[in-house]
Amino acid sequence: MLSSGRTVSSRLLRPASWLPFRLCPERTAVSSMPKELIKKHELEKDELRPLYMDFQATTPMDPRVLDAMLPYHVNYYGNPHSRTHAYGWESETAMETARKQVADLIGADPREIIFTSGATESNNMAIKGVARFYKAKKRHVITTQTEHKCVLDSCRVLEAEGFTISYLPVQKNGLLDLELLEASIGPETSLVSVMTVNNEIGVKQPIKEIGQICRSKGVFLHTDAAQAVGKIPMSVTDWKIDLMSISGHKIYGPKGVGALYVRRRPRVRLEPLQNGGGQERGLRSGTVPTPLAVGLGAACSIAQKEMEYDEQRVSMLANRLVQKIMSEIPDVILNGDPEQRYSGCVNLSFAYVEGESLLMALKDVALSSGSACTSASLEPSYVLRAIGADEDLAHSSIRFGIGRFTTEEEVDYTAEKCIQQVRRLREMSPLWEMVQEGIDLKSIKWTQH
Amino acid sequence: MMAASSRSQVISLYKAMVKASSRFPSYNYRTYALRRVRDAFRANGKVEDPRAVEKLLEEGQQMLALIQRQVSIGQMYGAQRTVVE
Repeated sequence: MLSSGRTVSSRLLRPASWLPFRLCPERTAVSSMPKELIKKHELEKDELRPLYMDFQATTPMDPRVLDAMLPYHVNYYGNPHSRTHAYGWESETAMETARKQVADLIGADPREIIFTSGATESNNMAIKGVARFYKAKKRHVITTQTEHKCVLDSCRVLEAEGFTISYLPVQKNGLLDLELLEASIGPETSLVSVMTVNNEIGVKQPIKEIGQICRSKGVFLHTDAAQAVGKIPMSVTDWKIDLMSISGHKIYGPKGVGALYVRRRPRVRLEPLQNGGGQERGLRSGTVPTPLAVGLGAACSIAQKEMEYDEQRVSMLANRLVQKIMSEIPDVILNGDPEQRYSGCVNLSFAYVEGESLLMALKDVALSSGSACTSASLEPSYVLRAIGADEDLAHSSIRFGIGRFTTEEEVDYTAEKCIQQVRRLREMSPLWEMVQEGIDLKSIKWTQH
Repeated sequence: MMAASSRSQVISLYKAMVKASSRFPSYNYRTYALRRVRDAFRANGKVEDPRAVEKLLEEGQQMLALIQRQVSIGQMYGAQRTVVE
């Protein structure tokens, strides 16, 4: 159903306080309200919901997943670890079915799957757990500069404990240089952690080749596959992955659940973070939340069945979006490798436009300039800086997340609004004016005053 | 050519699924369900083997029940219209 007439655009209020640099002549409309409040207020006035184009932050739950979970929220409430009655047994059966569904998606054995609270916990467990277990002989861990915050932060903790960490730089296209990786692995190295698909720019690291290198050097490979599992075909056997983090809410499953794959042969050992009743092979004590585990299992099984269908659609929509925007406005840069990527994550930099202003202007589309964890700060993304994006381009990037439930209409609407707002913001930008007059911005000496 | 009886069963299942899907209050679920149902029937349009048809019909019936349940749940909590509707 298409409703007519209702427009959502209205003049934007801009408090000067949160602008990192002064570009906009609309500064007269100064208000002390924080930007979230303004945006919220504007939306409530219009009574319409913005479009959701932020599938890397989280995905809506698939109705099929909710349908699988509900019985375990209603009737089957037993503790899956209770061995003495039917309530426990039925929950255990459901949990083991879910474990198998997760394992099947990544080509693993169900016994290699540990349920966790999400990819952050899985990453913490894998990195700290492996490093600490082998610390007597090996005290070196390798990762990259574009990893998710939870990987980098776990490494910082290890550093404080006396481990050496190599944060490898990535190339301009966001991919890890395999020769650099090979040269960085030493006799002290216990673990290499590289994410499969980057959450901000969507590039796909050559995990298969990295797995080969790690196996030949006798080093464990951990990969944060939160953004990759269920979206691109993955096999822990073929890719020689030793540990893999999975998240429920990135694959149309419930929030608050994830999994860690831990290889059995050759065996990977890790020190648990959480001690207690010895559930999950003693690696993650605590009662497994049956409904969430069932939801993760259902999400994995649906992802496996729908992978090809989803992939075709998502890449079609992504191409449509990029083509529409790039054909209409100049100086738009696609961040990250154009080939080695997951198509559903489109990160564009609009030169001479400040990303935050664009996000504010596109208030009827739910978008983000990078990861949700850092979306409150105005700092440019460290991922974009790691791929060598200039400061100004890093400030002008927007991430478009496309997924299973995105429609053509949403893509067209987003593209149209984006084109319109970029044009408007550029028109009022003195930088854009200077570029049009042929002045090279890099030649200007900005003085502080 | 599949048997006439199963043909009519397929058609009525398709109609029922489209009808149920169109009642999802959420814009994104509704458009997805309609698209997915249509594409699944199209993809299986060439299936002739009566046993395979039987199996697909059974799966379809289960999916229809699922859609009906989820539509009811969706209707309980209401959904705001999005800007493209």
